[in-house]
Amino acid sequence: MTQVNRLSGGLIDRNSTLNFRFDNRNYTAHPGDTLASALLANDVRLIGRSFKYHRPRGVLTAGSEEPNGIVELRAGNRKEPNTRATTAEVYEGLDAQSQNRWPSLKFDALAINDRFSNFLTAGFYYKTFMWPAVFWEKLYEPIIRKAAGLGSLSMEDDPDEYDKGFLHCDLLIIGAGPAGLMAALTAGRTGSDVILADEDFALGGRLNSESFSLGDDSASDWAAATVAELSALPNVRLMPRTTVIGAFDHGIYGAVERTGDHVATLPVGKPRQILWRTYTKRALLCAGATERPIAFENNDRPGIMLASAMRTYANRFATTAAQRVAIFTNNDDGHRTASDLRAKGVKIAAVIDVRDDAPINYEFEVLKGAQVVDTKGRLGLTFVEVALADGSRRILECGALGVSGGWNPNVHLTCHHRGRPVWNDDLAAFAPGDDLPPGMTVAGAANGTLSTHGALQSGAESAAIALDLKGALPDLPKAEDAPINQTPFWYLKGCARAWLDQQNDVTVKDVKLSHQEGFRSVEHLKRYTTLGMATDQGKTSNMAGLAIMAELAGKSIPETGTTIFRPPYTPVPIGTFAGRMKGQDFHPTRLTPSHYWAKERGAVFVEVGNWLRAQWFPLPGETHWRESVDREVRQTRASVGVCDCTTLGKIDVQGTDAAAFLNKVYCNGFAKLAIGKTRYGLMLREDGMAMDDGTAARLAEDHFVVTTTTANAVNVYRHMEFVRQCLFPDMDVQLISTTEAWAQYAVAGPNSRKLLQKIVDPEFDISNDAFPFMGCGSITVCGGLRARLFRISFSGELAFEIAVPSRYGDALMRRLMQDGEEFDVVPYGTEALGVMRIEKGHAAGNELNGTTSALNLGMGRMVSKKKDSIGSTLSEREGLNEPDALMMVGIKPVNADDKITAGAHLMDASGPVDAKHDQGYVTSAAFSPSLDCHIGLAFLKNGGARQGERMRLVSPLTDVNVEVEIVSAHFVDPEGERLRA
Amino acid sequence: MHDLAAITALGGSEPRVDTVADVTCAEVPGVALASVAARSGQEAKAQKALAKLIGVKTPDIGRFAGDPVSAFWTGPDQWMVEAPFDSHEGLAQQVKDAIGDAASVTEQTDAWTRFDLNGGRVLAVLELLCPLDVRKMAEGDAARAAIHHLGCFVLCRSPGSFSVYGPRSSAGSLHHAIVTAMKSTL
Repeated sequence: MTQVNRLSGGLIDRNSTLNFRFDNRNYTAHPGDTLASALLANDVRLIGRSFKYHRPRGVLTAGSEEPNGIVELRAGNRKEPNTRATTAEVYEGLDAQSQNRWPSLKFDALAINDRFSNFLTAGFYYKTFMWPAVFWEKLYEPIIRKAAGLGSLSMEDDPDEYDKGFLHCDLLIIGAGPAGLMAALTAGRTGSDVILADEDFALGGRLNSESFSLGDDSASDWAAATVAELSALPNVRLMPRTTVIGAFDHGIYGAVERTGDHVATLPVGKPRQILWRTYTKRALLCAGATERPIAFENNDRPGIMLASAMRTYANRFATTAAQRVAIFTNNDDGHRTASDLRAKGVKIAAVIDVRDDAPINYEFEVLKGAQVVDTKGRLGLTFVEVALADGSRRILECGALGVSGGWNPNVHLTCHHRGRPVWNDDLAAFAPGDDLPPGMTVAGAANGTLSTHGALQSGAESAAIALDLKGALPDLPKAEDAPINQTPFWYLKGCARAWLDQQNDVTVKDVKLSHQEGFRSVEHLKRYTTLGMATDQGKTSNMAGLAIMAELAGKSIPETGTTIFRPPYTPVPIGTFAGRMKGQDFHPTRLTPSHYWAKERGAVFVEVGNWLRAQWFPLPGETHWRESVDREVRQTRASVGVCDCTTLGKIDVQGTDAAAFLNKVYCNGFAKLAIGKTRYGLMLREDGMAMDDGTAARLAEDHFVVTTTTANAVNVYRHMEFVRQCLFPDMDVQLISTTEAWAQYAVAGPNSRKLLQKIVDPEFDISNDAFPFMGCGSITVCGGLRARLFRISFSGELAFEIAVPSRYGDALMRRLMQDGEEFDVVPYGTEALGVMRIEKGHAAGNELNGTTSALNLGMGRMVSKKKDSIGSTLSEREGLNEPDALMMVGIKPVNADDKITAGAHLMDASGPVDAKHDQGYVTSAAFSPSLDCHIGLAFLKNGGARQGERMRLVSPLTDVNVEVEIVSAHFVDPEGERLRA
Repeated sequence: MHDLAAITALGGSEPRVDTVADVTCAEVPGVALASVAARSGQEAKAQKALAKLIGVKTPDIGRFAGDPVSAFWTGPDQWMVEAPFDSHEGLAQQVKDAIGDAASVTEQTDAWTRFDLNGGRVLAVLELLCPLDVRKMAEGDAARAAIHHLGCFVLCRSPGSFSVYGPRSSAGSLHHAIVTAMKSTL
């Protein structure tokens, strides 16, 4: 198809032709075209169907405010719904589809909705689909969702990449129209760091849409020359295709740069969009203004558009929606469109001006004091019906109608800190108020300065003020400076169906109905009618809705108020917010020093926080995880096992007050811990509940190493820093994490000492006498490598933890395996670790679950009364010390084949099974290879006195009902002989 | 001399080097680190001893100084001392010997992984990684920054040459983030 509506001139590259598809038909365009301009050039006015009534729609605007011309771009997993045809750049091979229609755009079965429009007014869903309630989710909602709505999702993962980044500048200029360009010149020439961002792919704003001159150049040439000068300045960063979506705290602005939306295929690794967090000292909003439509009967037909958009299509994109057009206006701007179009050879049916004193023009007919009262044309405009000043009617034949109801400053970003715009009577529009985000100023049309000269001047002056620049401002090119005279004209009285919000199919009548039904707040109006919702956020409709509401309420527009403007300014794909943080990259991964070795051994890994830990090490022939875990437990208890416990938090505590400090953070005493000794410690929260447990090893008088659980490593460190800096700032104590610095392995089992003796250098005696239980010290291994040795045991066996600098951790693990062959050494993972600690009755994360106290854990007597420590006072609270308080116990099934289930509750042997009779609950459960049955740890009311009692373990939800016996939590070696061996 | 072989933070026997266009990301395992935190009331003494150790005035806020033993500022009266690993594997003890009881000294060598980024467009890479105003960083500047959710230090060795220190256990994630940014922007 040829581009029958292509005009002369424009800023498109006619030397090159692009092929694209819309609704499976082939068309051509030129570089510089948007999808909307290319479709208009190809005489395609019908682009989509409306949200509710499925009415045929074309483009209304030429920019991001577009409510109607929304399409699905691309296909397959790259399909993007609800994209504005007015901003989508055409590239070779672009594939676009209209949306919300079936079976085709020209024949849409759901257009039947339009016939029932009397029933489908505001609040229709709320009133209609109320009964029966159960039908809503299963029947009504799916049907409504199918019938209403915009584009469809591909239901596949988006394969494209998105980036996030950070920018810094002295002045962020938002919008590169006349004000923005002049501001950038003013600031840029002084050497200030300037970022000039504009959502368009061509910088210049309306200068690219107008036919007038700036100085001796055309407006677009002046813009191009200015951009060329700015791009040569190293301190100015030009960012076309970049929408500043929000003004956030502390001078931070979010900006979305569309780096890949205008190309057919992105090179591997290149982002489609980048979300820039922009830190700026000052921001200058030069976002321009948006023309407002007028509501009249059937004002939504394809071909009816804003007069300024028509001018943009003609002057910038060299296209027109039709060869014969009419203009409906209430201000002089509409006349400018008629002049420009006529100059391009488009026939002007007439300019219909509501003003009795409208200017006359000898090039085209001006109908003064006239109004468009109706239109015709099922799939595109064919005629408009005009009521003339004398009351007579006239039918005008035209394929397009430009509508101009005046201009609204784009104040959105000025309101992102909850500032309110103020009504400006001269403009008959809202302009930026005084409560702008700190550091922001507004220039040009966004500030209500609607002439080109005014925009240039205010851009230059505002930049100078924002940056406190001294000296003369750059010379301004001579530009039009027409006075602005905006008289509001929102809608024609007496219309049956005059469209305000074309995206949401909201009519004047809907606003009236909403008012009639008692929705008097603008926020309620918005939610009841959906006016101003969805992708365009009412950029072309909000003002008219407010005006009508004000009229109905008998109030002024400023009294009626506005809805809140919130970020983002225009829609942003969710992927852009996610950036690279998706899938495997959602969070960083931490690897243990033995990770590569464990991977070679075929370890099965588990995520513990960010860590990947070996869960078990399956051997050939083992088909179930329990086989591996049971073997690891048996082999460790029989001889020796090695487990990577690097993930436990390690905090280096030094200073002359180090011991006194630990005395504060642990509830048990640490002041008298001897050098070379380790002690188990319990930390309480301020409220007296248990926070974390671990050990502290005293390496010197003023030096401890504290260990924490893996899960709480960060929290404990943060807590200790808080205590150090805020609670006891006078203490001389210094903290630093050394979790990553040392590879630490538990070596456990009766042969652990023999194995370690093979690697610990001979000058260090690790016999039971020289290095007894809970000993610690600095040693060397393997011929002189500095290491730390701790005689502590989580498994209940004779056990050590040995630490070497992390880079040697891999080699040490391999050496332990090699030297341990004679002892049948086994690596064990977190599952076996867990089984052994349950067998030994050691509390872990399941028990330190935030709801338990030292008393519950059986450690009530650890809370020292001889000193003050964090949480000790509140641990004595009434209610935490009741006689029947929960106490940690062990449980065993009476029938050895029965399973203990974590989370199940304990009930008396007989009696009701309900919450009222609950006696406690199981926190940890495992199959014990040592006892050859399932075992568990539980919190039981008055548990300390109930050993030997038989109870029922129940979980009504999962059909568990098992007879169990209450036993000591120490299933293995209750006397502790093994670990002291 | 012990006989255990070291691996790098990325798990190799040799440091990893990646080059995209004109920017190189090099893993640097050959560095020893020790943290220094002045003890209460000993701040001046600690500064003086540290200055003697690194041969220049103790670096101010956001700065590093010294060669071959250098220090960068990490917090009030806190520094990280850097030195070549081969000659200073026992750095923590050496620093402790120099400063004595005026400061707490902790070995940090293997708590961190270091990647050196060099090349003409390195700033474009860093812009995607960290919130620092890297274009304003001058030789000798050091700052904390979060990169890919990881607490890192960024040091400007010279214009176009930066060192990034991040937690060793997350070396793979940090390296992936850096190389991804290089491929994205270069």
